[in-house]
Amino acid sequence: MKEIDKNPLAAVFRKHEAEILAEWTAEQAARGTRRDPAQEAELRSTSKEFLGALVAAIREGSASDTAAPNWAPVRELLGELSSRRATQGYSPAETATFVFSLKQPVFGRLRRELSDGQALGDALWQATLLIDSLGLYTTEAYQKTREQVIQRQQRELLELSTPVVQLWQDILALPLIGTLDSGRTQVVMESLLEKIVETGAAIAIIDITGVPTVDTLVAQHLMKTVAAARLMGADCIISGIRPQIAQTIVHLGVDLKEVTTKASLADAFTIALQRTGSRVETARAEMA
Amino acid sequence: MGRFLLVTIQVDMHDQLALTLQDDLTQRIVSDRAKGVLIDISSLDVVDSFIGRMISSIAGMSRVLDAQTVVVGMRPAVAITLVELGLDLAGVRTALNVEKGMALLQESVG
Repeated sequence: MKEIDKNPLAAVFRKHEAEILAEWTAEQAARGTRRDPAQEAELRSTSKEFLGALVAAIREGSASDTAAPNWAPVRELLGELSSRRATQGYSPAETATFVFSLKQPVFGRLRRELSDGQALGDALWQATLLIDSLGLYTTEAYQKTREQVIQRQQRELLELSTPVVQLWQDILALPLIGTLDSGRTQVVMESLLEKIVETGAAIAIIDITGVPTVDTLVAQHLMKTVAAARLMGADCIISGIRPQIAQTIVHLGVDLKEVTTKASLADAFTIALQRTGSRVETARAEMA
Repeated sequence: MGRFLLVTIQVDMHDQLALTLQDDLTQRIVSDRAKGVLIDISSLDVVDSFIGRMISSIAGMSRVLDAQTVVVGMRPAVAITLVELGLDLAGVRTALNVEKGMALLQESVG
């Protein structure tokens, strides 16, 4: 007698895979609320795949330790299923329920096959542990997928929100949107300094219209950026100072040192043009 | 009209060499009647607080001898490090490269 047949649960799975699958699919159809034919077909094939992998895993080794190597294909399958479901908008509970619903047909089958109370009890407990751990695995996989999405979005947000544009010869503009924390300050400084080297700019206008609050920390970060630009031979002008911000700056006693500040980007640009030796003239229309 | 001096700082600058540099430079400023000193740090990949202080000292000494100092060639990574270390080299003028540095000196001296 094969090793795995000594384990009643494993034997039941192995001998009655097809029946369990049929009962499970019927059970899902009866329980489920989504009746779209395409989704039902997908559900049937996923169930078949999952059960097949489960039986294969039991055939290879332990039927209880789902972290063992023989369960790797099952874990992979569940991981993919979880990710797919996550992007399709299913809740983690729905995906876990999919796995947990396997208990019904399995328990039913065990009750039919095992007459000895002790053996039935043991097998039921084993089945519960096994299916529970697989169901929990799907929720963990779901969490991981969501976290990856969030991290990717954070990265993109950071990149998106620190453009440095060349306004004119030797004049750069750095429109800041959102709060300035130490992480962003690093990115801002690097972008600005690289652009200064690239363009040989002499003036950088840092516009803070989009910065919601300026407290002492934000002011510190701003001053650091200004100092770094200065070390590269570029002067900074801070523009876009809202009335609220001006009040906060004075109340907090923030020392802006000799940095030129302007309320609007237009004013800052005018000063920058003057400093770099340019002038703006309005062409007069010729009268006939 | 006085002359300009160019100092290039390399990475392997240690205590003794720094002192020697300061000696040489101050002597040259006086003997050449130099009005401007260009400190080129474009070959420095990294700086520590020692080099930062040294640059400040050199600038200070030059000022005392009535010569303008301009530091040129600072790399972005170096600038960020100096700022993070809290050494913003206040009172030391800077320019992106030697040409701009020279232009700056000529403006302020000439």
